[in-house]
Amino acid sequence: MTPHASPLRVAIVGSGPSGYYAVEALLQSGRDVEVDVYDRIPVPFGLVRYGVAPDHQKLKEVTRVFTRFALDPRVGFFGNVTVGRDVSVAELGRLYDAVVIASGAGVDRAMNVPGEDLAGSHAAVDFVGWYNGHPDYRDRCFDLSGEHAVIVGQGNVAIDVCRILAKTADELRKTDIAEHALTTLARSRLKTITIVGRRGPAQMKFTTKELRELGTLPGWDVTLDPADLALDGTSAAEMAAPQSATAAKNIEVLRGFAAKPRSNPREIRFCFFAAPHRLEGEGRVESFVVERTRLSGPAFQQRAEGTGTYRAIAADVVFRSIGYAGLPMPGLPFDGRAKIVPNVAGRVRDADGAVVPRLYVTGWIKRGPTGIIGTNRVDSIETVASLLADDLPRQEGAGGRERASALLRERGVRATSFAHWQAIDRVELERGQAKGKVRDKVIDRDEFLSIASGASGEAETPVAAGVGTT
Amino acid sequence: MTHVVTENCSQCRFTDCAVTCPVQCFHGDGERLYIDPEVCIDCNACIPACPVQAIREEFHLTPEQEHWREINAERAKDLPVISAKQQPLPTAEARRAELGF
Repeated sequence: MTPHASPLRVAIVGSGPSGYYAVEALLQSGRDVEVDVYDRIPVPFGLVRYGVAPDHQKLKEVTRVFTRFALDPRVGFFGNVTVGRDVSVAELGRLYDAVVIASGAGVDRAMNVPGEDLAGSHAAVDFVGWYNGHPDYRDRCFDLSGEHAVIVGQGNVAIDVCRILAKTADELRKTDIAEHALTTLARSRLKTITIVGRRGPAQMKFTTKELRELGTLPGWDVTLDPADLALDGTSAAEMAAPQSATAAKNIEVLRGFAAKPRSNPREIRFCFFAAPHRLEGEGRVESFVVERTRLSGPAFQQRAEGTGTYRAIAADVVFRSIGYAGLPMPGLPFDGRAKIVPNVAGRVRDADGAVVPRLYVTGWIKRGPTGIIGTNRVDSIETVASLLADDLPRQEGAGGRERASALLRERGVRATSFAHWQAIDRVELERGQAKGKVRDKVIDRDEFLSIASGASGEAETPVAAGVGTT
Repeated sequence: MTHVVTENCSQCRFTDCAVTCPVQCFHGDGERLYIDPEVCIDCNACIPACPVQAIREEFHLTPEQEHWREINAERAKDLPVISAKQQPLPTAEARRAELGF
């Protein structure tokens, strides 16, 4: 490693888990670093704030760890800045010695079946953003006046959506769920929620704890066809492998559900081996037609294939959660098929496979939307190890935080700082306390900015560093 | 609720769990790791990370494993945080084979 006169200046685009774990890895590297985190939202923490369900407050406690990193004087925050619009990736590349893209993968994948666009058919991610008070989703409408909901997908988002639909307003009232969502959910008349998956119980991607939690919801039974629990030979072999410990536990939980006699008026039903075929209805969705599937292929690579047998499930509202995709960012290579930025151990590669110097990726935009919060820590450690191993020469006149701040001000971008977020955080907590909830989220962009300006007296002036700096 | 490091960690100490933990709740001595129940957020990330399935949700502890709950809580208080990958113990691979993983 060569000695340098100035710190290694790094811009991180995205303030969710992968972004802040990249910050942590840089802070712990022992190098002289200056790190700025950018987010298009005025407040930090990405999917921890806007993805993790409001009734899972314990998981959201991970923000305490991020806050510790964010308050390090070497770390800055520029909220309300859209990279690719307010400032380009290339410009960041000139302002900093390295740029790490940690922008995630929040766009839903379509089912590509007829009727998918009928009223009442939604992307689960929109619903999640809406109940979590994401500014971009505040005006969405979800009609829960029917009795039957269908959720497509076998991952944790599907479970979150199911749980939020099933819980009563009283159970949710004390969380930080958005007020508009609480009002709609309080009027819900749902009696059945069917969770549809192409494959079988052995291939579920749920966390055991979350699956088990469904069985504890007052007023709801969890049901399934016990015949679906009879595993085929290949699935049974999968279950016997050590890496299937979680899947095996999940099946135990399902067996428990199946064995329990019905005692509640409402029903969460697992519908396995069912591929989306089409949505039907006059003007809005009324039924969801699925094709029965069977599995074929070697262990751990089994695929669902159609059997030609169809059936209709009553559906007044449908939420699809069958996968997520990253979005291309102007100035950044993109693999349109995998929906990620092509990279090797976090080093971005262009269309010809050549490494793009000083440009890195981490998190979902790097590896695809898999894993849970902690998975991103491992991922960001890898990316930062690549960045540090490259031992980047300092860029003449990079300027970093100070120059970035000046540039944004020049362009009239009202960037928020971490100190601004702390002021917003206090307002949300105080308002929440008054209403008897853990937090009452600010949802409106203008309100974010007005609290920020009231807090520091300089809303127009981006304050980049952690606390007390100008 | 918390997660608990049980018997399989002894003689192994692979430390993969500590890297995947989002909140740095792992502590360690020379023999094994422990989870601080005050810090663990029950996210489940460590469970699949352990090559010998030493970590369990509190809910899934067998009666023979119950005592690990107390041991984790007590030992985590005094020991340093382990948040980076370390060399497994020299006995780790033999122990893993013995445990059948």
